[in-house]
Amino acid sequence: MSEIFKAIILYFIFPGFLFTAVAGLLSTWIDRKVTARLQWRVGPPWFQPFADIIKLLGKEMIVPEGVSAFRFVLIPVLGLAAITLVSTMLWMVVIGGSSFTGDLIVVLCLLIVPSISVILGGSVSKNPLSALGTSREMKLILSCELPFLISVFTVIMRSGSILLVSITEYQASHGAIAGNLSCLLAFAVALICVQAILGYVPFDIPDAEQEIEAGPYIEYSGPAFAVFKLTRAMMLFVLPVFLITIFLGGINVMTWQSVGWFVLKYVLILTAIILIKNTNPRLRIDQATRFFWGPVTIVALIALMLQFIGVKI
Amino acid sequence: MNLFKWGLRKAPAVFHAGASACNNCDIEILDLLTPRFDIERFGMTLAGSIRQADILLVTGVANRKIAKKLQQLYAQMPAPKVVAAIGSCACSGIIFRDSYNVGTPVDKIIPVNIYIPGCPPKPEAMIAALIKALNSL
Repeated sequence: MSEIFKAIILYFIFPGFLFTAVAGLLSTWIDRKVTARLQWRVGPPWFQPFADIIKLLGKEMIVPEGVSAFRFVLIPVLGLAAITLVSTMLWMVVIGGSSFTGDLIVVLCLLIVPSISVILGGSVSKNPLSALGTSREMKLILSCELPFLISVFTVIMRSGSILLVSITEYQASHGAIAGNLSCLLAFAVALICVQAILGYVPFDIPDAEQEIEAGPYIEYSGPAFAVFKLTRAMMLFVLPVFLITIFLGGINVMTWQSVGWFVLKYVLILTAIILIKNTNPRLRIDQATRFFWGPVTIVALIALMLQFIGVKI
Repeated sequence: MNLFKWGLRKAPAVFHAGASACNNCDIEILDLLTPRFDIERFGMTLAGSIRQADILLVTGVANRKIAKKLQQLYAQMPAPKVVAAIGSCACSGIIFRDSYNVGTPVDKIIPVNIYIPGCPPKPEAMIAALIKALNSL
């Protein structure tokens, strides 16, 4: 009984839902504030993302005519559940050292689920613009998953393991994986792919506000949209944490110094994401696909080959 | 619920419906997003879809052709909804009110919560009016 209780606490409160949601929403605030400052604006107050979510929870939810309300509401929750599970698994490696064979593969699979929930949500909405956004989201995910997986393979090849705990231990004894040329290239590729998975500019093609309004989210309102927004915010926290775990030496929370290092690494990745977001125009979907399957995949393959022939720079 | 009301006051999403305006008010609405006025300070953002909007900004006289669309837009909006008539045209129809293609004023088509007269109204006036409308909810 106490095991189940502990699992519930882990999933819903500490490394899981509540912690990730708060951290993710604060990251969204940092993103919005930095964006505003870069545009010479003042920007929103710190509680803005929380107020957004609370407001949406109190709004009316409209289900489009001829759409199953159950499916319409369940789909966003699917993405939220998956991203919470990813966060719990990543933090369990840190706080409990618990891991099982192939949990890296499970994390990689679960990271696609929020995108799949967006695709499903756009498909059930019965709106031409949401269908357009959905098709773009599908193409974008197909494009960016290939180089992302290749860059993760480089890490697997370097550390020789598909256990998150072993990867963290390998980095504790050998230094951060991104510390050599081949894996640094892989890290750069993964960072660009994370930008696309998050759906940020220049890859905000699915929900391009100026052309197709809100893309897959167009028919979503009230609590269901709040869940989508929360999922996006949590991904902004979980994906950098994933990158830190496998590339930048893993996370350690034993001493205050190591917590400081984690925060520093997280802020660096977040700043990189925000700066890429604010200095680039949006690509067309064909340009994005060509970009990911062209130069980015080639760089990822070069990284993999350098790792394979054992370049130790 | 008080918490939801607080959220609504702190994070309203604005949707802009140009009901056959001359674009003068529309340009002033866009001014709200610029660094000089920056309504994101008050948590207001521009919503892409009417389903995610809390405030409907109507500009223009809303002639016979657009009236039906405006009603549709209002019906598609999730409650609680606030409608602001921006500019003298939307408030009273001014010189166009006897025109052959103008049927009824905006506030006879959909319920209007707040009127912001001016040709065009100043962005400061719009910000003050929207804050008042939200506080009166």
